[in-house]
Amino acid sequence: MSVSDDPSRVAGGPALTDLPDDVSVATEEGRRLAEQLADNRRHARKLLEVRNLSTHFYTRDGVVHAVDDVSFELDYGETLGIVGESGCGKSVTALSLTRLIASPPGKIVSGQIIFDGIDVLKLSNEEMRLLRGKKIGFIFQDPMTSLNPTLTIGYQIAESAKTHLGLSRKAADDRAVELLSKVGIPRSRERMGDYPHQFSGGMRQRVMIAIALACDPMLLLADEPTTALDVTIQAQILELIRSLSDEFGTAVILITHDLGIAAGMCHRINVMYAGRIVETGLVDDIYEAPRMPYAWGLLDSLPRLDEVKGARLRTIEGMPPDLIDPTSECRFAVRCKYVHDRCRSEEPELTPRDGEGHMARCFGTEPEGWIQ
Amino acid sequence: MLGYIIRRVLWIIPVLFVVSLITFSLMHAAPGGPWDREKKLSASTIAHLNEKYGLSDPIHIQYLSWVGNMVRGDLGPSYKYIDRSVNDIVADGIGTTAHLGIMAFLLSVILGIPLGVIAALRHNKIPDYLATFVSVIGIATPSFVAAILLLVFFSVTLRWFPTHGWDGWAEPDTMVLPTIALSLFPIAQIARFTRASMLEVTRKDYVRTAQSKGLRERSIVVVHMIRNALIPVVTILGPLLAFLITGSFIIETIFSVPGIGRYYVTSIGQRDYGVIMAMTMLYAAAIAVLNLVVDVLYAYIDPRIRYS
Ligand SMILES: Nc1ncnc2c1ncn2[C@@H]1O[C@H](COP(=O)(O)OP(=O)(O)O)[C@@H](O)[C@H]1O
Ligand code: SF4
Ligand SMILES: [Mg+2]
Repeated sequence: MSVSDDPSRVAGGPALTDLPDDVSVATEEGRRLAEQLADNRRHARKLLEVRNLSTHFYTRDGVVHAVDDVSFELDYGETLGIVGESGCGKSVTALSLTRLIASPPGKIVSGQIIFDGIDVLKLSNEEMRLLRGKKIGFIFQDPMTSLNPTLTIGYQIAESAKTHLGLSRKAADDRAVELLSKVGIPRSRERMGDYPHQFSGGMRQRVMIAIALACDPMLLLADEPTTALDVTIQAQILELIRSLSDEFGTAVILITHDLGIAAGMCHRINVMYAGRIVETGLVDDIYEAPRMPYAWGLLDSLPRLDEVKGARLRTIEGMPPDLIDPTSECRFAVRCKYVHDRCRSEEPELTPRDGEGHMARCFGTEPEGWIQ
Repeated sequence: MLGYIIRRVLWIIPVLFVVSLITFSLMHAAPGGPWDREKKLSASTIAHLNEKYGLSDPIHIQYLSWVGNMVRGDLGPSYKYIDRSVNDIVADGIGTTAHLGIMAFLLSVILGIPLGVIAALRHNKIPDYLATFVSVIGIATPSFVAAILLLVFFSVTLRWFPTHGWDGWAEPDTMVLPTIALSLFPIAQIARFTRASMLEVTRKDYVRTAQSKGLRERSIVVVHMIRNALIPVVTILGPLLAFLITGSFIIETIFSVPGIGRYYVTSIGQRDYGVIMAMTMLYAAAIAVLNLVVDVLYAYIDPRIRYS
């Protein structure tokens, strides 16, 4: 697994001609074989490949490079964490994947997004619409404002199923009831007619999850799904996302500023800083052996079991830089304890480190670097 | 809900009472009286008339007697049209005035809301500029200027519509210009309000949620945006309808519409006390009742609002 730049791997993935496509589905066995083949076909490529994605906002103060040359991949059914402080481009990355960037002022200026073999940035608006909600579900940060206050939650869940699955009103309602009980809302049929204000924050986020999963999507984008919730509720919501994504085989991109949450949920993690991926790798590698001072900072600000009770958490000093006209230095240099002259004159590349797919963007931890 | 409505209706009584008290006092405090004429009447005639109409009684007696009569549905005599009661005057004109007002109201809503919605959806594009231009003109042009321009162009030059009079549905031609003239300002006002409200809603998280669900553009706009955007718009519709159905002096005068609107101005000039009181009470009652209707409608549109 690597963030490769091989230009031959574009939409459609590897050649599939070696797979027979005339399997009869008339028999039980044939059907199973066909499913198996479809499955193989899928696994021959990634669910999502993002290459050199850059999204800018054209504001009065200048061009905000919110996402700057970001590349990553996601397997079918995999859970990927995107972690970083607020303002480093996590939400804009997720919104770019579904082309939900407000335009103006935003624009995806370059890059490629291949979702399940589809070149997303080449789709018409109508084709894009058919992908949203159906193949890609979205959960947003604030459950208090993300649901429409004037529509019943039953309507808001059934709406997607009606739009994308062509279900009748009745069938869509039945599906909504089923989803509501799946996300742990008791007396789900009675609650269909209730409005969002009749639910608590945690319950509303459950409703959001039901909406996001209404069409059994292949990818779930969860943008800080628990940030606005009480700590006790957070764990329940995360557990719900985990169990449902396991059950449905849904891939998840979990966006959070809390490395601890990501570590508990994800297979792999992208650490973002100032619009860039600064470290990527398997959870264990990032958690046990991070190779970028910013990631250490994120780790240090986590509460640890072995720490003295009540001790103040350390936070990274300073603020993320503003993303207007980034300079050609390491973007973390102003806050980095290990900064050298070289970090100020050029920006490091994302280069491999020990561990599968483990890469970091730091001169200091490169093999000939000064941090060991 | 029913309890709420009953309480609100009962509240209208003290409100109207206060309004009538203030109007009555101001009206009598103003210099001059109903018998002032170009050619002065003799002192004895005035004394006689005052006696006859009870105008020489102490002011609080006069007020109480007005209240007493009004409660029984008697608005008293007119001092200007000696042979007519205020009841007659109101009854003769209110139908026409209300008819014109309702037509203008419907036209304003039917044009104003879509204009505002389209402007917001095409924010900072040509339709938006066009709609904004139209509303600025609509708001900035005094209604007598607009009325006269319409009259000159459509009635005098093109001869499409009559220059004056009002025959209701019997002669729909006669309704066109007064209705348009009366609705220009409200159309502009509703359009501006709707546009601002829609732009506000566009930025809401739940609209982004609706987009993330891959809904059709039409359902995002109609189901998710317009309904929420109309909640604040509904609040201005109550006072607006009250204003329109109680008549406009300018429009009714320019188009010679036989409504009650002209009495707003003439009755004050003539110190026609009974008519002044009737017009004021009519307007106050319309505002009070329609605000109640709006509040009830509010609860219907916005499920977060429940009255008890
Ligand atoms: N609509 C917008 N207009 C201008 N700048 C924006 C807009 N949305 C996001 N940004 C900028 O993009 C950067 C990344 O934002 P975001 O992805 O929301 O951060 P986060 O990692 O907290 O989710 C921020 O600097 C933010 O100011
Ligand atoms: S490149 Fe230099 S400044 Fe940047 S994180 Fe590494 S050591 Fe710090
Ligand atoms: Mg965010």
